[in-house]
Amino acid sequence: MRELITLRVNGERHELAVLPHRSLLEVLREDMGLIGTKHGCELGECGACTVLVDGVPVLSCLTLPVEVQDSEITTIEGLEQQGRLHPLQETFAELGAAQCGYCTPGMLLSGAALLRDNPHPTREEIKEALAGNLCRCTGYTKIYEAVESAAERMTSKEGVR
Amino acid sequence: MSERHPKIIGAPRPKVDAYGKVTGRALYADDIMLPRMLYGKLLRSPHPHARILSIDTRCALELPGVVAVLTGEDLPQRYGILPSSQDEYALAIDKVRYVGDPVAAVAATDPDILDEALALIKVEYEVLPALMSIDEALAHPEVKINDDARIGNIHKAVNYEFGDVEAGFAAADYVREDWIYYEGNNHAPIETHACVAQWEPNPSDPVGGKLTLWSSTQTPHYVHREVSKVLKIPPSHLRVIAPSIGGGFGGKSDPFSHEICACELARRTGRPVKITCTREEVFLIHRGRHPVKMWIKTGVKKDGTITAMHFRSFLDGGAYGSYGVATTYYTGVLQPVTYKLPCYKFEGMRLFTNKPPCGPKRGHGTTQPRFAVEVHMDKIAHDLGIDPIELRRRNLVEPYTYTINGLRITSCALGECLDQVVERSGWNEFHASKQHLAASNGHPQSGPVKRGMGIAASTYICGAGKPIYWNDMPHSAVQIRLDRGGGVTVYCGATDIGQGSTSMLAYIVAEELGIEPEEIHMETADTSLTPVDLGSYSSRVTFMAGNAAIAAARKLREQLFAVAAERLRVPVEYLQAEGGAIYDERNPSVALPFVQAIQLAEARFGALVAAGSYRPPEGIHGDYKGAGVGPSPAYSYSACVAQVAVDEETGEVTVEKLWLAHDIGQSINPLLVAGQVEGSAYMGYGEVLMEQQVFRKGRHKIPSLLDYKLATTLDTPEIETILVENPDREGPFGAKEAGQGPLNPVGPAIANAIYDAVGVRIDETPITADKVLKALQARTPGKVTRGAPQVKPVAAPAPWPSRLIQWQPAQTRVEGPDEADARVPSAKSVHEIHDASAAGATAVRSGAMRGKGAN
Repeated sequence: MRELITLRVNGERHELAVLPHRSLLEVLREDMGLIGTKHGCELGECGACTVLVDGVPVLSCLTLPVEVQDSEITTIEGLEQQGRLHPLQETFAELGAAQCGYCTPGMLLSGAALLRDNPHPTREEIKEALAGNLCRCTGYTKIYEAVESAAERMTSKEGVR
Repeated sequence: MSERHPKIIGAPRPKVDAYGKVTGRALYADDIMLPRMLYGKLLRSPHPHARILSIDTRCALELPGVVAVLTGEDLPQRYGILPSSQDEYALAIDKVRYVGDPVAAVAATDPDILDEALALIKVEYEVLPALMSIDEALAHPEVKINDDARIGNIHKAVNYEFGDVEAGFAAADYVREDWIYYEGNNHAPIETHACVAQWEPNPSDPVGGKLTLWSSTQTPHYVHREVSKVLKIPPSHLRVIAPSIGGGFGGKSDPFSHEICACELARRTGRPVKITCTREEVFLIHRGRHPVKMWIKTGVKKDGTITAMHFRSFLDGGAYGSYGVATTYYTGVLQPVTYKLPCYKFEGMRLFTNKPPCGPKRGHGTTQPRFAVEVHMDKIAHDLGIDPIELRRRNLVEPYTYTINGLRITSCALGECLDQVVERSGWNEFHASKQHLAASNGHPQSGPVKRGMGIAASTYICGAGKPIYWNDMPHSAVQIRLDRGGGVTVYCGATDIGQGSTSMLAYIVAEELGIEPEEIHMETADTSLTPVDLGSYSSRVTFMAGNAAIAAARKLREQLFAVAAERLRVPVEYLQAEGGAIYDERNPSVALPFVQAIQLAEARFGALVAAGSYRPPEGIHGDYKGAGVGPSPAYSYSACVAQVAVDEETGEVTVEKLWLAHDIGQSINPLLVAGQVEGSAYMGYGEVLMEQQVFRKGRHKIPSLLDYKLATTLDTPEIETILVENPDREGPFGAKEAGQGPLNPVGPAIANAIYDAVGVRIDETPITADKVLKALQARTPGKVTRGAPQVKPVAAPAPWPSRLIQWQPAQTRVEGPDEADARVPSAKSVHEIHDASAAGATAVRSGAMRGKGAN
């Protein structure tokens, strides 16, 4: 039996009839077409399915949609605002931090949550924040560099304002 | 036209598809959702070895929502990636050979009922004895796992002697032997394998319709061949498309059961079918690195010069052939490409076992022997009291030579790589201070944590010199179409698995035509649209597709220059293409916009379409049976220094830093090359310290990313990348490979550093804390220890079950193309000639590109 639920995703309100046992990952991808959130392990091990729930990184494969009906959910599609990329998206592209790109949406959302809470993270703090997001391509080096560069970019933009 | 400095080649810049990846727009196979799509799943064997007595699918078919069920008899055609190993069925017919072997396939309207449907399929098995290791497979020839085995469970055995090995050992002052084991491991790409198949029926077509398969594959061309064969659909009616691929590392290079089943289910149901593998299935599908036991014996002079090497490898192949015949050769063939071997004996053997089939993983078959050779060399250096770097320097291969097994070496900057890692790591200072400490107080370092540095060197191919199925056609081809509106479309079968092959093609075409890479439309990895590129394996794409792209672009540039010369009244030799215009290099204001040049050229020549292709040159290998594995148009070289800290109380190893220098020839985009080097360092680190395949009662014990340890951000050491640029004269713009080679020296450098730190050798990977601790305890006088790690020798069959092939090369020097007939007199002058060439001088880039890039 499907259940009627309401989800607020990327600032839009959606009424959905979903099977209650389906994970948030499945609902985002299959019911809402938000395919930027990726499946990598279905067991909460790889971090590819990371989304933000009220700004906090959450594994959508371990989350039931009914649990997050009152929350604001952000997926990779919502990191870009009116066609303007988040500085992390810019630096990930420019500095080669996305190779195959499959871990990238989750990595970006974990990174965005970090920079919101801690605008000047040290390398160690970046490692801590991204420790739940596995990447098999980069060796993480370019990812750290992209996070650091985005932090600088965000700080200098604030300075201008 | 005079040579101008490249504008795009060599500059760090984003990948052309980077923005799709950072915004979630890139489409991977699992992201494809088609109307009326069904979901499929495979039933897999619960037994490592069993005969199938019966399969009953009736109950499953009756389950509401189930649309189709397949079993082995529906797809009774054997297939396999190698023509010599056609030993797989899409679904098992007679036997299952490992836990995970596919037995049946289901398509249903709802993914939630797939597991229930699979549970309703009744399979009656007669369980057979299972052989789970190299030694068991050799000890029980009466339990025949796979009929492709020639003797017992020996899938493939090879036996070569190059030069006079007996004389070589007789000339040695010192001979050392070692047994070393390298563990197998899984590629674990973050994207699990997935595919969608769609059948479009057409009753007026004699074949009945056309099939399209979108699949996360590194090799759409080979999938095209094998699916066509099993489904008995002519290749002309099958289209294989690789969308964005979420990592491969070799794990998506075989044609797979789930691809074939999705196609057949789509044909039977007339509806699209998607199969997305679970993470557990990725561990079962496997095709990962072969576990290899190796015995190595080397003779050296007092000064460390190698006089002879004898190498034996025993590969645990798992249940099927996959690439294993090639892997077997690869465990032996590249030894003479790193160090100069005056004679070399190689015996290799692959065994079938009841485990998931092994195949190619980054460094395919060369990573294991590299580990063995580099650790063994380190031991020899210590035995002789020679600096391990000096020992390596004394044995380096020379550029532009043939090896004792007939492989042609062109450019080689291994010496420069060694210099770089030694200098950057402070190797000499580190060891001097350790010696100083030891001399002053008798103890090298106080406290339980001891530091050490180790080094290793390696080589890898820039593409296999021979295709997987022998033929004389190009290995890669590129087509370019120019539109009168100024559009440029590049078509190439090359498959971007994250390494950036699509960007590489765009950079090269943009450089040649004088436009920006982002302006180009890229069509790749589609067997109906794009000309064949054999696939993303053997680190072949930049070298081969890159050269094909240059060939195609230059044809079009010639046409554009012909009309521009006329219009601008400038002799062709003074024309340059850059910044969207063709201009007179003597007076750049005399210029013709690119789009206008296209229109003039189209008016003159008709439609502007050009193709270029690439085939490796002849004369790059010997003429003996088996010489087709190992040759490559060029070899890359790498050197690594690892600094470790080992806690003597816990055995815990921390890699503090890796310095990794790679002989890239020329970076097409240094940012992407550095990314490949860093990813290789990370992967090599994980293999040698963390990743382990554990089997219990025939099952993979830890098929999940929680239990199977992958390095996270908190594990991965700091990596300093050094790119050594010494252009190869046959590489595109001088480029060589970067995707695989840099992995090879990382593991042995770490193992050697551990020895340097605490004086114990762990000759089997992964080097875990418990093994280090046991080894430390074993050397403590008076302490009783159990299970200090030691590699148990394999009881090798005698005589070796393969005919001995003896061979030696007729020539040792490679002729230079610049001085056509003159035999190159010495390596030194080869170097001078090389350095004198237009792009000659060796340049070094450091990893310190941070922030400079595109900010």
